[in-house]
Amino acid sequence: MKITLEVNGTAHTLDVEPRRLLADVLRDDLGLTGTHLGCEHGICGACSVLMDGEAVRACLVLAVQCDGSSLRTVEGLAGPDGEPHPLQRAFSAEHALQCGFCTPGFLMVAAGALEADPDLADKPDAVAGVVGSNICRCTGYEPIRRAITRAAREQREASSTHER
Amino acid sequence: MKPASFDYVVPRTVAEAVQALAGPGRTAQVLAGGQSLILEMHLQRIRPRLVVDINRIPELDGMRVDGDGLRVGALVRHAAFERADAVPGPLGTLLSRAVVNIAHPPIRSRGTMAGSFGWAHPASEWCAIGVALDATVEVTGPDGERALPARDYFLGPHRTARRPQELITAVRLPLLGGHTGVGFVEHRRTHFCFAQVAVAAALTVHDGVISDVRIGLVNSADRPVRARAAEQTLLGTEIGPLPTGRRLPDGHPFARAGRVAAQEDAAPVAEPYADAEYKRQAVAVLVGRTLREAATDLGSRLAVRQGDPR
Repeated sequence: MKITLEVNGTAHTLDVEPRRLLADVLRDDLGLTGTHLGCEHGICGACSVLMDGEAVRACLVLAVQCDGSSLRTVEGLAGPDGEPHPLQRAFSAEHALQCGFCTPGFLMVAAGALEADPDLADKPDAVAGVVGSNICRCTGYEPIRRAITRAAREQREASSTHER
Repeated sequence: MKPASFDYVVPRTVAEAVQALAGPGRTAQVLAGGQSLILEMHLQRIRPRLVVDINRIPELDGMRVDGDGLRVGALVRHAAFERADAVPGPLGTLLSRAVVNIAHPPIRSRGTMAGSFGWAHPASEWCAIGVALDATVEVTGPDGERALPARDYFLGPHRTARRPQELITAVRLPLLGGHTGVGFVEHRRTHFCFAQVAVAAALTVHDGVISDVRIGLVNSADRPVRARAAEQTLLGTEIGPLPTGRRLPDGHPFARAGRVAAQEDAAPVAEPYADAEYKRQAVAVLVGRTLREAATDLGSRLAVRQGDPR
């Protein structure tokens, strides 16, 4: 089946079997191996990407379902000049990763939450919802919570400076 | 494993979808949120010959208040209920308290309420709320539309009164009135587990006397349960002042209703880490706690209405 995906701002026309998962098409057909596949059961969240701005499990969405959709993967987070995304800087500053396998998934769920809610920094329950969405076996989650909160705070400060 | 191959169609209207489902000699599956279906297809416990993706049927999207009920279209995602004011009155509060127990945000952004009714898992939060409140499941098939009352709809794990050629188009829930308080309490091993037991309650009180009560039990039988025997013990009971302290006194009507729910309404199925006796105990405790939460919710609603700043 012929589909068109916009991935990180670039349009791709692909011919995929309906049985193929979004995660496999991103990794195998488009070479975007930053999206990791852990459990393939929708539990671990390592494969999370943004589909039309909302975080989804790329292992629980068929690629054909995304025909005409706009997708963002971890490769699309950094700026055009390679400048890391505020979340990536915060993850580094707070030591929110160790082996790094789960990191792309956490970054994308957090990016979706941050874009949907500019006041995420004031909502510890919402941050906990993001942190509780995925599995990390290294950090114990607390550094990830701190990193997301830090990025949310920085984003808001940056936007309020901009408004002044 | 990966899903086995299947044919895939994307109808644009309900009529087209029903036509696709009615095709001869094919095992067809409806794909809405897909958060259970695609997992089962990974495991190849479900190997449909045809997948009917209903995500591009505009008439299935959206929810609206319609008379004294809420009509939830088949494409309304779980996430739509996260805000208590997404749905008016105590029903909105009940749905918002339940929804946070359904998986996590990236699953709730895809999965649908109607899909939960279609999948009919005994541990589904929505299905227990549906039987407790007398929801209606609206389906369309080759012979036209039917409205199936939730109490006759669930026949067992993943078994329902829906015929294979029928498509669920919406779920209707009655709005709850002003004298009603709601509660939802879930017990599970970890954040990533299904409910071992959960309870939904809606408690209506007039002049200090319980005039209506609805209690739904999650994962307390092979299907969602409305705890009618427990409800009966409460009707006409004076609610009185709520007891303080963490534990309800054994003689309190809510504690008594919990024991009745555990013994007479629940028919627990043993699972790893939760045998039937454990589940009965959990039902007894959680029903009491949920009723207390509903009574507290009602108290704060009345306080707001009377302008009491409490």
